Amino acid sequence: MNDMNTAPTSATMLAMEGVAFTHRGHALLKDVSLSLSRHGNTIVMGPNGAGKSLLMRLLHGLLSPTHGRLRWHGQSGRPPRQAMVFQRPVMLRRSAIANVTYALAVQGTRWRDRRPQAWDALERFGLTEIAHRPARVLSGGEQQRLALARAWALRPEILFLDEPTSALDPAAIKAVEDAVIDFHHQGTRIVMNTHDLHQARRLADDIVFLCQGRVIEHNQADSFFTTPRTREAAAFVRGELVW
Amino acid sequence: MLSEDNAFTTALQLIIGLDETLVGIVALSMQVSLTAVLIAAMLGLPLGAAVALWRFPGRGLVIIILNAFMGLPPVVAGLVVYLMLSRAGPLGELGLLFTPSAMVIAQILLILPIIAALTRQHTEERWDEYREQLTSFRVSRVRAIPTLLWDARFSLMTVILAGFGRASAEVGAVMIVGGNIDGVTRVMTTAIVLETNKGNLPLALGLGMILLLLVALINAGAFLIGEEARRRLG
Ligand SMILES: Nc1ncnc2c1ncn2[C@@H]1O[C@H](COP(=O)(O)OP(=O)(O)OP(=O)(O)O)[C@@H](O)[C@H]1O
Ligand SMILES: [Mg+2]
Repeated sequence: MNDMNTAPTSATMLAMEGVAFTHRGHALLKDVSLSLSRHGNTIVMGPNGAGKSLLMRLLHGLLSPTHGRLRWHGQSGRPPRQAMVFQRPVMLRRSAIANVTYALAVQGTRWRDRRPQAWDALERFGLTEIAHRPARVLSGGEQQRLALARAWALRPEILFLDEPTSALDPAAIKAVEDAVIDFHHQGTRIVMNTHDLHQARRLADDIVFLCQGRVIEHNQADSFFTTPRTREAAAFVRGELVW
Repeated sequence: MLSEDNAFTTALQLIIGLDETLVGIVALSMQVSLTAVLIAAMLGLPLGAAVALWRFPGRGLVIIILNAFMGLPPVVAGLVVYLMLSRAGPLGELGLLFTPSAMVIAQILLILPIIAALTRQHTEERWDEYREQLTSFRVSRVRAIPTLLWDARFSLMTVILAGFGRASAEVGAVMIVGGNIDGVTRVMTTAIVLETNKGNLPLALGLGMILLLLVALINAGAFLIGEEARRRLG
């Protein structure tokens, strides 16, 4: 077993126990046991089709595992407040600010608190000028920032980000990375996918390395990049494809 | 015998002079069809969205029935409502036959399937697109109904307009259940049939022009809504 801390401890936030996901006879994720500590940024890496997005969806509860189970620790086992930013942001057919207030409304925020909180979030991401524009006519980068602002407004305890920077220009990538660091300082647990090794080095505390539906390695970030434990991870870090 | 040219001029005079009979017929038509479309929308919008959102046994059958009933011939709808409301029918005691209420019921039967079926299509498209995001927000299905209806609002306004157009333009159903009683259940379409048969062309033509104008306005409305949606929503 290559998980760095398989046995859940008091510092564990979330544990996957022997999780598999099978779809129409295809085992897309196999025997994943993983435990995520309460703090830090986890970066999920691996080649295309390895199952990274799928793993995120299972962790976030959008899909249920076909085998094994997911356990949240603390708070009597109930899932904490969480949010996810998708690779292609989904915006409702409303103004930018209404997209944020909608999410707040669903979460149960009191009516009179919604606008101020949404406005704060838009301000944090430099979106106040476009607050009243229809969200779906915004550029891809603006929509990505709006998705982050929306997640920010929800004050999640854990935030899932699926390749949030893959379609962005360098300045926007910097803005997203800064936001991730801010989330971290707010105490939000981050789980993020990226294909960018440099980004992973900048942001990660630990790396989950997936290949063909298996967690090949779960390691501290520095060890993963300097002394990977597995042949596959070593090849991946060198930029040689593995599948 | 009036020449056609004269009939046309007289028709215009009836309209411009707000002829009492003509205004009464137009007003009743509007009242009946607007009531029908309002009730059909209140039922059909949530019904369509619910069918889009829930997977249940027999769902496919419900969709097929809704789609098939979109093309329900008005006379058949009229006949069904007539049988229900006639003195021997199950709802005969209500005494609704040959009243405006009967016409409203017949028109609801005609347009409810249209509104429900098209709402199902539009909201299901939205749901396919939003499902993951709304699930991520932990939106319940019941809470998703108003969300999807609102986010399909431009398409749905066009659907409701289409329903109103069909309701106000059909003859068969209201003729059967309303009876075309002067001053009570005479609407534009049934009046046109009657007046044409009687040879009273000016009134028939005047009503025809108003009906045409109404249909043109509905289409203009649908067009403008489409343009607005493209502009506002990208
Ligand atoms: N909900 C699903 N149902 C069925 N198959 C799925 C589902 N989600 C993903 N898959 C399949 O599972 C495999 C892994 O997909 P996934 O999207 O997790 O890859 P990924 O690691 O995120 O790849 P990429 O780097 O290209 O984003 C793919 O073969 C995909 O077709
Ligand atoms: Mg992916």
